[in-house]
Parts: sequence; structure tokens; C-alpha cells
Amino acid sequence: MAEKKKSSESTAREAGGKVASLPFERPIQEYEERISALETLARNTKLDISGEIKTLRALMEEKLRETYAKLTAWERVTVARHPNRPITSDYIATLLDDFHELHGDRAFGDDPAIVTGFATMAGRRMLIVGNRKGRTTKERLRCNFGCAHPEGYRKALRKMKLAEKLGLPIVSLINTPGAYPGIGAEERGQAMAIAENILAMVTLRVPIVVVVIGEGGSGGALGIGVGDRVLMLEHAYYSVISPEGCAAILWKDAEKTPDAAEALKLTAPDLLSLGIIDRILPEPLGGAHRAPEQAMATVKQGILAALDELATIPIDQLVAARGEKYRRIGELPGRFPRPD
Amino acid sequence: MSDPLEAPGELPPDVAAPGNGAENGPESRDGAGQKREGRLARLRFSKKRDMPGGLWLKCESCASVIFRKELEQKDRVCPSCDFHFTLPGRERVALTLDPGTWVEHYSELAPLDRLKFREKGSYQDKLAAASNRLGQQDALLCGTGEILGRRVALAVLDFSFLGGSMGEVVGEKIALATDLARSEKRAFVVFTASGGARMHEGALSLMQMAKTCAALARLNAAGGFSICVMTHPTTGGVTASFASVCDLVLAEPGALIGFAGPRVIATTLRQELPSGFQRSEFLMQKGMLDAIVSRGTMRQELARLIDYSLGPRAD
Repeated sequence: MAEKKKSSESTAREAGGKVASLPFERPIQEYEERISALETLARNTKLDISGEIKTLRALMEEKLRETYAKLTAWERVTVARHPNRPITSDYIATLLDDFHELHGDRAFGDDPAIVTGFATMAGRRMLIVGNRKGRTTKERLRCNFGCAHPEGYRKALRKMKLAEKLGLPIVSLINTPGAYPGIGAEERGQAMAIAENILAMVTLRVPIVVVVIGEGGSGGALGIGVGDRVLMLEHAYYSVISPEGCAAILWKDAEKTPDAAEALKLTAPDLLSLGIIDRILPEPLGGAHRAPEQAMATVKQGILAALDELATIPIDQLVAARGEKYRRIGELPGRFPRPD
Repeated sequence: MSDPLEAPGELPPDVAAPGNGAENGPESRDGAGQKREGRLARLRFSKKRDMPGGLWLKCESCASVIFRKELEQKDRVCPSCDFHFTLPGRERVALTLDPGTWVEHYSELAPLDRLKFREKGSYQDKLAAASNRLGQQDALLCGTGEILGRRVALAVLDFSFLGGSMGEVVGEKIALATDLARSEKRAFVVFTASGGARMHEGALSLMQMAKTCAALARLNAAGGFSICVMTHPTTGGVTASFASVCDLVLAEPGALIGFAGPRVIATTLRQELPSGFQRSEFLMQKGMLDAIVSRGTMRQELARLIDYSLGPRAD
């Protein structure tokens, strides 16, 4: 249990090597291929073509900038799901000085789709809770592709109550397509487990920082997603339903998925303007999958800044403010009555 | 998902969000007895709007032909199979409270199309149609009243308004109803019938799950008492928020209750679902409900349960 910085999953580069390309990234991929060809040529022939390479790199960056400046909502969703995007286990392996995974809900089982454990980040002790997706096919199957069961939510609750007792702040990393829709999940009270977590997280007497690092899939995300500060990576998404599910129900046509993504207003800028998240964490040019270390460092800075800020607020005040924040979340000023 | 249930009441099936029962024609398999199981297995929601205009109608559960007036007299419980039809919101209020005690609150709160949501039609048109048809602004009725003399703050989700889906107004009115319960020291009673969160309000509707739980947390901190009665059907973000964290969770018999809807699950797993899956009796057996209460005894049961929130002295 006490393995230091242990992660059972491989990091992006160990598993991948080459960064997979998204459909809208084709022009960028062409640049990458030409640059890589020139580099090979330079090595083999000892010709000095560094100038040409430099020019191509500049052109590629320009193209990246241009492409990522006008991503559609659906394109952002594909970035959030990118196979090389850093996932919870990468953050745990990279950002922490120490990590002790704590397993099990002490009632039914240990859900691999949610990871919990004591952690030390930049000298600060905390509890980490996160959705675990897995990187390799085997890991992904084991983690149910990040779709948690009720025992996962109950494990998170149990450890969060422990953190409350010990006075440890909670950091929650969100990255799930949604809670698992299955027979066992229903039998064991998926809805009840999520509801209990939401209720408990509103009143836990320790600071809670939530970071949406990839997919914020509906109630499955909110079940570990209530906090004093909710941060969100630039190309992550957070939605009441998957664009696919929405297209299937409202349009009855899978081809309308991009339209559904647009309509749902699920991007970080949309959610910031609706007052649902508190801060957008910028991603490296071309998305977190192009420079995972840089993206993870930004997340670390965001977490530490939020924790430092929250640490200055007396706990009674913090919990009252959290309750009030969710009681009023997303509301336009003056829209609803305030009886007391 | 492509063949939404057009359930009891004129339900626009395509409004409620994830995992919800609303887009899932319930494959009803009820555990209560062989005969009943056979009948409920044939359950298909009628495509007819609300109660058909004719004198007779077919039970959506056992398919027996019922005299319409008789069904209405029996509070919309099928005389032959005991299936509890989904009740329109105002009928639920009338059936639950002592006559003349209902004072509706916040009926003026109307939803906004803040996302300018466009699908095949617009959200605004759907809202206008529902609100014209039902004479109310959104799916939740809330107010105060008495149940056999016990003072309650009552909230009732009306499935016939966009599938009882929860957007900003529904979430806010649930919260306001808990505020009424708290400030006027009333028991909080809520009846649910919902497909879940309302997609047309995007993440704003998702956040109502947190808003309603925050409101209940505040009621709890003030020592308030809450009872949820889940009725057919209750799924998605409503089951996964305020409905499941009330002090007591009751259900009407045979109600479809779950997180994901049965069709989503069947599609995901590519397998038949077990008999009676996600019905009240199944949930009680799995430990998710405090009790199943028939419509005919609901008032008496609620009144007695509320009395227990008054402490040990019965006199």
C-alpha cells in the first residue's frame, strides 16, 4: 500500500510513443511528417537544413495556433478524449512527492474506476480523489473506461470523510464519460451513491478543489465534483449528457453529434460564463496531449494556488460559502426570490 | 433510445437527460406474482395523449379495458392489476392534501432558454407548448398545505411537462420548497416523476443536482424532516440528487426507478434485463427504499411518518 509514487498505469509516452492525430489536425500532422522527414534526412546526409526545419516549425506552430483558436465544441470534446492526453494516473505519478493509494469502500468492493489516496504535493498533505480511465486496453477494461460503479463513489465518500476528520484538503480530478449504466450499478444504487456524495461534499469541513482534466461526464463527474473551487483545463468538457447521447435522443441521428456538442455549451469558456466553473487552466499550444508535462505543471500551479487561497478562509465561513455557492449556482442576478 | 416512451400523459420524451427512463420504453417485468408479471410484461406505454377522450381505455400495464370514469374514481390505479398510472401534478396535489389547504408558491417562475438551444425545434417553442397545454410555467408545483392536519411544504414533479425534467426553475423551486419547510417548520414532502436533468439547459441543469442537495443539506442542518415519494417513472439526475437523499424514500408500487434507463442499459450490455429490474419492488429488495406505499393509503402513511419527526412523546 505504501509504494511511493506508484502508479499501476503507464504514462502517455510509455504507452504511446507517437501522438495520435485527430481528424481536424490533419494539416498539422502533414507538417509534423515533413519536419520529421527532413530531420531524418539531416541526420543521414549531414546536410545543413536546420533553416528549412525552423521555417517549417514556425509554419506548423502558426497552423496549430490558428486551428486551436477556432476549435468547435465537438473538436474540443475529441481533444478532451485524446488517447495521449494526461490522465489521473499521470498526474499522480508526476505531480506528487508521495502517494499512498487507499482502496475499497469497506462494504462491497474496490472500484478501479475511482482512485483515492493520501498524497503530498509541494510539501502539502491532501487527499486525492480521481476518475481512473487507464491507458492500455487492459487497463481501460479494468477501469471500465473510467465509468465508476456505486462502490467507487462510496469509496470516495469514505476517504473524503476520513480527510475531513484529519483536516486534509481534498483534490478531485475529474475525467469520466459518465457513471456506469449497468445491472450491478443499478442494483447497488448508482443514483443513491452519487446523490449521497453530492450532499456530503456540500458540507465537508475541509477545502475541496476540483479540476476537470478531460471529460466531465454528467452525474458521474458531479459525484466527486462538488468543491470550493472548480478549475477546468482549456479543452476539457463538462456536460449534462454526452453529445452522442444528446444527438441520439433529441435528433435521433448520430451524425448530429457535433450539433449536440455545440448546443450543450459544454466548453470551458461557456461554463465560465455561465458561472459553473471558477477558472480555466490554459493548455499548451495544440492541447495537453502535445506537451503533457507542461499541462500537468499548469494544473499543479492551479491546485496549489487554490489550496493556498482556501487555507486563509476560516472553515465555518468556507463551508457556508460553498453551500451558498451551490444554492445559487449559475443563477442570473435577481432571477430568483431570496426569501431569507 | 430512438423509440422513446410516450408515456402517461402527453410526454415529450426527448427532453430529459442522461440515463433517464424517459427515453426508454420500460420493459416492465414485475416481481409481484406470476399473473401480474405476465400482465406487466406486456406493459407498453400508450401513444395516446393523456387519458384518451373516449369512455374506455386500455391499461398500459395489463391491457385490460377500463371504464375511464372508474379509473379516475380509483385515483388512476388500474382496477384489475393495481398499476399506478402517472398522475398529473395538480391531481397529485389534490389527492395528497386536505381540501382547501393548498397554497401554491412561486408559480410565476418561468424557465429561460439561456443556451439558445436549437435542435429540430427550439426549446422555447417546446416550453411554450407545454406551458399553454398545462397552464403552468414549468414541471414543478410547490407550495404549502396539510396532510390530515400535518403542515407540509409540498413539491410535485409533473411528468407531463417535458417529462418532469429538471432545469433551473425545477431545481430552484425544490430549493425554495425546502426553504419554506425550514422557515415555517413544516415537513418537506416531494413526489417525483422525471426523466432526469433537462438537456436543453445543459450544465445549468446538471448543477441543479448540486443546488437541490445543498438546499436539503441546509434543511438537515436546521433539523428539518424530508420525505420523497418516487413515482413512475423516476430516473437520471432526479434520482441521483435530492430524491435519494431525503430522510425517507418511499415509492408507489411498480414504479420504474433508476439512474440509467433500462434501454440505455440493455443497449450498453447487449443483454436482456432481469425480471422486475428497476421496479419499486426490486429497489426495496436491494435496500434502496424505506417502503412501498399504495396510492390509496398514501395520505395516512405520510401523516403517520411525519408524526415520528415530532419526537418521542405521542400525546
